[in-house]
Amino acid sequence: MITLRINGEDRSVDAPGDMPLLWVLRDLIGLTGTKFGCGIAQCGACTVHLDGKPVRSCVLPVSAVGNRSITTIEGIGATPAGAQVQKAWLELEVVQCGYCQSGQIMSATALLNAKPQPSDDDINAAMAGNICRCGTYVRIRDAIKRASGAKA
Amino acid sequence: MTRFSERGAVARPLLIGIAVVVLIAVAFGLWLVLGPGPMDFAGGKRVSLASTSGAGPTGVPAELASASLIERGQYLTRAADCLACHTKEGGEPFAGGRPFVLPFGTMYSTNITPDKKTGIGDYSDAEFLRAVHNGIARDGTRLYPAMPYASYTYMTDADALAIKAYLFSLQPVDSPRPTNTLSFPFNQRWLMGMWSAFFNPDKRFEQNTERSAEWNRGAYLAEAMAHCGECHTPRNLAFSLDNRRKFAGEKQAGWMAYNISTDKETGIGDWKPEELAHYIGSGHAAGHGTADGPMGEAVEYSLRYLTPGDLSALTAYVISVPPVKAKDQPPVKNSPAPDDHNMGVEAAIDPRGKEIYEGACVSCHGWSGLSPVLDYANLTGARAVNDPTATNVVQIMLSGTTRDSAHGSLYMPDFGSAYSDTEVAAVANYITARFGSSPSNLTAANVADLRKENAK
Amino acid sequence: MTRSTAAEPADPARRTVLKAGAAAGGALLVGFYLPVGQGAQRQAPAGAQAKRFEPNAFIRIDRQGVVTLVMPQVEMGQGIYTAIAMILAEELDAAFDRVVLEAAPPNDKLYGNPTFGIQVTGNSNSVRAFWLPLRKAGASARTMLVEAAAKVWNTNPAACKAEQGEVIHTASGKKLSYGALVDRASALTPPKDPPLKAVSDFKLVGQPMKRVDTPDKVNGKLQYSIDVMPPGVKFATLAICPEFGGQVGSVDDTKAKTLPGVRQVVVLDDLVAVVGDHMWAAKQGLAALKIRWTSGPHATVDSNEVWKQLRAASEQEGAVAKSVGDAARGLSQGERFDADYELPFLAHATMEPLNCTVHVRPDSCEVWVGSQVLSRAHDIAAKVTGLPPEKVLIHNQLIGGGFGRRLEVDYVEKAVRIAQKVDGPVKVVWSREEDIQHDVYRPVYRDRLAATLSDGKIIGWRHRITGSSVIARWIPPAFQKGIDIDAVDSAIDVPYDIPNLQIEYVRNEPPGVPTGFWRGVGPNNNVFAIESFVDELAKKAGKDPVAFRHAMLNNTPRLKAALERAASKAGWGDPLPARNGGRTGRGVGVQGAFGSYIATVAEVEVDAAGEVHVHRIVSAVDTGIVVNPDTVIAQLQGGLIFGVTAALYGEITIDKGRVRQSNFHDYRMLRIDQTPVIEVHLVPSGEAPGGIGETGTTAGPPALRNAIFAATGVALRRLPIDRELLAGKKAAT
Repeated sequence: MITLRINGEDRSVDAPGDMPLLWVLRDLIGLTGTKFGCGIAQCGACTVHLDGKPVRSCVLPVSAVGNRSITTIEGIGATPAGAQVQKAWLELEVVQCGYCQSGQIMSATALLNAKPQPSDDDINAAMAGNICRCGTYVRIRDAIKRASGAKA
Repeated sequence: MTRFSERGAVARPLLIGIAVVVLIAVAFGLWLVLGPGPMDFAGGKRVSLASTSGAGPTGVPAELASASLIERGQYLTRAADCLACHTKEGGEPFAGGRPFVLPFGTMYSTNITPDKKTGIGDYSDAEFLRAVHNGIARDGTRLYPAMPYASYTYMTDADALAIKAYLFSLQPVDSPRPTNTLSFPFNQRWLMGMWSAFFNPDKRFEQNTERSAEWNRGAYLAEAMAHCGECHTPRNLAFSLDNRRKFAGEKQAGWMAYNISTDKETGIGDWKPEELAHYIGSGHAAGHGTADGPMGEAVEYSLRYLTPGDLSALTAYVISVPPVKAKDQPPVKNSPAPDDHNMGVEAAIDPRGKEIYEGACVSCHGWSGLSPVLDYANLTGARAVNDPTATNVVQIMLSGTTRDSAHGSLYMPDFGSAYSDTEVAAVANYITARFGSSPSNLTAANVADLRKENAK
Repeated sequence: MTRSTAAEPADPARRTVLKAGAAAGGALLVGFYLPVGQGAQRQAPAGAQAKRFEPNAFIRIDRQGVVTLVMPQVEMGQGIYTAIAMILAEELDAAFDRVVLEAAPPNDKLYGNPTFGIQVTGNSNSVRAFWLPLRKAGASARTMLVEAAAKVWNTNPAACKAEQGEVIHTASGKKLSYGALVDRASALTPPKDPPLKAVSDFKLVGQPMKRVDTPDKVNGKLQYSIDVMPPGVKFATLAICPEFGGQVGSVDDTKAKTLPGVRQVVVLDDLVAVVGDHMWAAKQGLAALKIRWTSGPHATVDSNEVWKQLRAASEQEGAVAKSVGDAARGLSQGERFDADYELPFLAHATMEPLNCTVHVRPDSCEVWVGSQVLSRAHDIAAKVTGLPPEKVLIHNQLIGGGFGRRLEVDYVEKAVRIAQKVDGPVKVVWSREEDIQHDVYRPVYRDRLAATLSDGKIIGWRHRITGSSVIARWIPPAFQKGIDIDAVDSAIDVPYDIPNLQIEYVRNEPPGVPTGFWRGVGPNNNVFAIESFVDELAKKAGKDPVAFRHAMLNNTPRLKAALERAASKAGWGDPLPARNGGRTGRGVGVQGAFGSYIATVAEVEVDAAGEVHVHRIVSAVDTGIVVNPDTVIAQLQGGLIFGVTAALYGEITIDKGRVRQSNFHDYRMLRIDQTPVIEVHLVPSGEAPGGIGETGTTAGPPALRNAIFAATGVALRRLPIDRELLAGKKAAT
């Protein structure tokens, strides 16, 4: 059994050590907000936070999580920055199909925690790993600025 | 006519000139031929194995003392890393056909399954030994030294025949070898006979009585089995190993085999022995990067199967090799780059490199070079990102990698087909500038050349 | 499993309303049912089913006044749930904040798309096709409710009005809620031709409404089909023969079966699937299989062969899809130009990889899927299982990207076949690699154009389109007289004033490669070819690209107005800012497609290596009456990026019968750091609503290509853009 701290709760799972955190979250724990997109860390749909840092859960073996605390899209709204981002996302109606947005929101929240007033370059650096097939990038940029308190 | 008179006038100096050239050539040839052997650096007295008693440095480790011949053969086949070269991508193990792209053409490895038609099914013990020790095939044709028989020649008959026994226990695979496309004169196999006469010592391993048993075991593993020097020791003009610069690093099959001599700046002189052992056995050591390309294969197919004792022995031997400074390789930068993407790289670097890095690379490798995922993906401290030729950075981007780790199988995709040479060059230049001590300055043409050298 | 509720929308105003709605409905209905299959519909909660007013297939009102609107179209990000709800609620005068949405069950008769006759969401036609039927449905219900109230008050319906879910007696101010009128309204006969509201009276339509589906998409609660977890579900992933048309030869599953969590290996003719306790076990199991495939007839097909065949076919005369004037004569006068344009295979690469969950029981079959063609998904499950249709239950889910891929049911069919071998429910999830390598590809096309110029205007025009017919496979009766009506879409209605023209179509099926609809469908290649060609003609005529087009759009005034607007907003003719020393240019493209008229101006910079940096895109669109303007803008922003992505990177190539690309590392996507500034301007219009989901996708590439033409002088004739050509490293062929 592996014990993981997820969204502030301890969860014990019986998972092989090489099983990526993504599938542990989705298939063993039932937290399906974290999405499978590519499996090779190229799209960002599976982004979660480990101690507040964005990590692609599709390539992260659960045995490598260690004591780091995990936050998923289901729990990010309980953090101030996460709530701000979600609010900005809805205010600017960023979302289309929505499938990538869990990952986008996790990346954006980590960005705002690291840089409360991100520049366009900061947004590029933090968000370029998250693919959106619907092409919501224009609004993602605006919503990050909105969430940061900047005029968007 | 003038021509005749002039001819008479120049005859003497010409003859002298020719004599000088010949003399230099002979001297150079002697210098090549009389170069040190792979273990000469150790000095000391060497005796043939027959004159030693007790558990010698050859054979299998104690753990396998009671194993069957085939099991012992399997261990030794892995230790000698036969699989990597004798298997093509997606092909059956040991069935050959792997291409080796050289400046003068492409050659293909042979089928060493016991198939009678296309493999080695008809080889007698003596014929097998002649191939392994002397580079002569059953039909008498000469093998190219791409088959490292100048190293395998140190292997004992017993060990070579154990390998044969293992290979003969496999399913025969009918898989003819593609025809080599070497150009003249390299397609003249008989020339290899001359090469062998000069450069194949053709002698079995001798024990160095002034070194420990562990060292001797390590030497046997490194030289007769794993043939480390075949990639890591520079080659001279005759394509033989220049042991005057043993383990100083060389480019092989489009990849850099870095300096593994004990030079502190450009070799492994500042690695702890346990780090080196971990790297050899797993393809990774914290702070020193992860093996990929041919070394990754060596770990995957060969070195990771060594017993802990053999791993220690091999390590002990490698760190006994004297330091040689690598040419054109700077000291490795061991400190991470800044976490902030804005810092750490001068603005003059092509912005496309950063653009691609932040989209396709940063998720695994981070801005600092310390991976947010696994330390196997750390770039900080890796030789490749400190190499101003960025050879291995380019190669791994082009071809990707799969590496087994304590956490399971790790994977990096091959970006080569969808990213242009210009883009790969830009990323390589960005990566070496951000994480290394000496930025590369590659052009698209450099990347195009590296692509050709690593064709699969 | 079939419902999820928007428990905590982030918009505080809406949350209040939802809670009020929940209170009004007691313990039963909270917020929006998203999405709901027929299973849920059948088990309506006690208390709600006593008696309800159901004037038609789209509207249900219960005694508590809860208005349930049934969504005949599928939500896949395009905002259609919101738009449909707005249209229904507008004419119904329902309180929009308190409506409940429900996905329609499979039923072509009730919910078939009026254009196609079956339940299909595609071709950007949801609003177009349903605009009038939904308005009539809403107006009919409203008329009946007003009449019912008038009866209660013993007055004339004309003395009453409907507002926010209530009928009001205008003179007295008396009110009756819709819930209170359920019994009486149900007794009335629906009017044949209910009076529709005047556009000027619209209160909802035309307002930027918050989308109903998005609150649960920002907190991870929304359930896509990949997220469904029926009790006891097992997880499977599959390997389809990598060669088109190949079959499974033999499978050695010795090692796979020893892996922890692996439960079963399912071997079918054309695929192998591994079933496990979780997706990881299934993936590991699949990787551990030794599969020998048997080649089929297409094992040697490669891209060269595909192009060779297509080019040869394009030399033939095609079936004439449209003829105006005398094209032959027109083409024999003036100065003649010819150019051929080629477009590659493309994969859809929806962010949600293909998946489908199926539970086959001896006497029934239950399917959870995200499908753009619900009734087809239902039919294929019935066909594979041999069960009567009523024994097959489909739970359609909101879709994580359709783009045409989920107009196919191959993934449903495969999942059902796998599930037939599995005891209990099984979720079949495709890896991204399978998703890319077993897509139904946007066909390769070759468009051959010829035109003659006289006095700076086009007088003769021939456009021959050669390519696969998706229509012939997908809806065979629509393929008539050798013409694929989709493949020639926006070629037969080329917007310019051309006196003599002929449009031809040659069907050519690529050997072994399955083809399908892809966002933008037929107009993709036609608009690209036409607009590229017109730009080249403008240059030959020595005219400015905007002025050249403008002078030929007298018969398409809506497009002409859009062009004027886009050119003005983009600063057409103004000098471009210098950028990094690269070659800069501005390009324009126009199109009338999907019932919308759009003009687009792109600004690019091309560097020495031939890399294209797109800096700005300005579009002006007349899409008729706009239901939800914010959604229209969002669809155009996204559509433009979708199109630009394809133009920059999109190409699927074939080698030895296999697709070479496999994931996002070699099938590249535009990322946020490459995304240009995008400005969308809506041209006010009172015309019927146009389609918008695909409009941007077809509009982006020609504007981009023409900007490159302006920047470099290189006339690209193929997509994706060829960087070597732009770097001057090779000459155009």
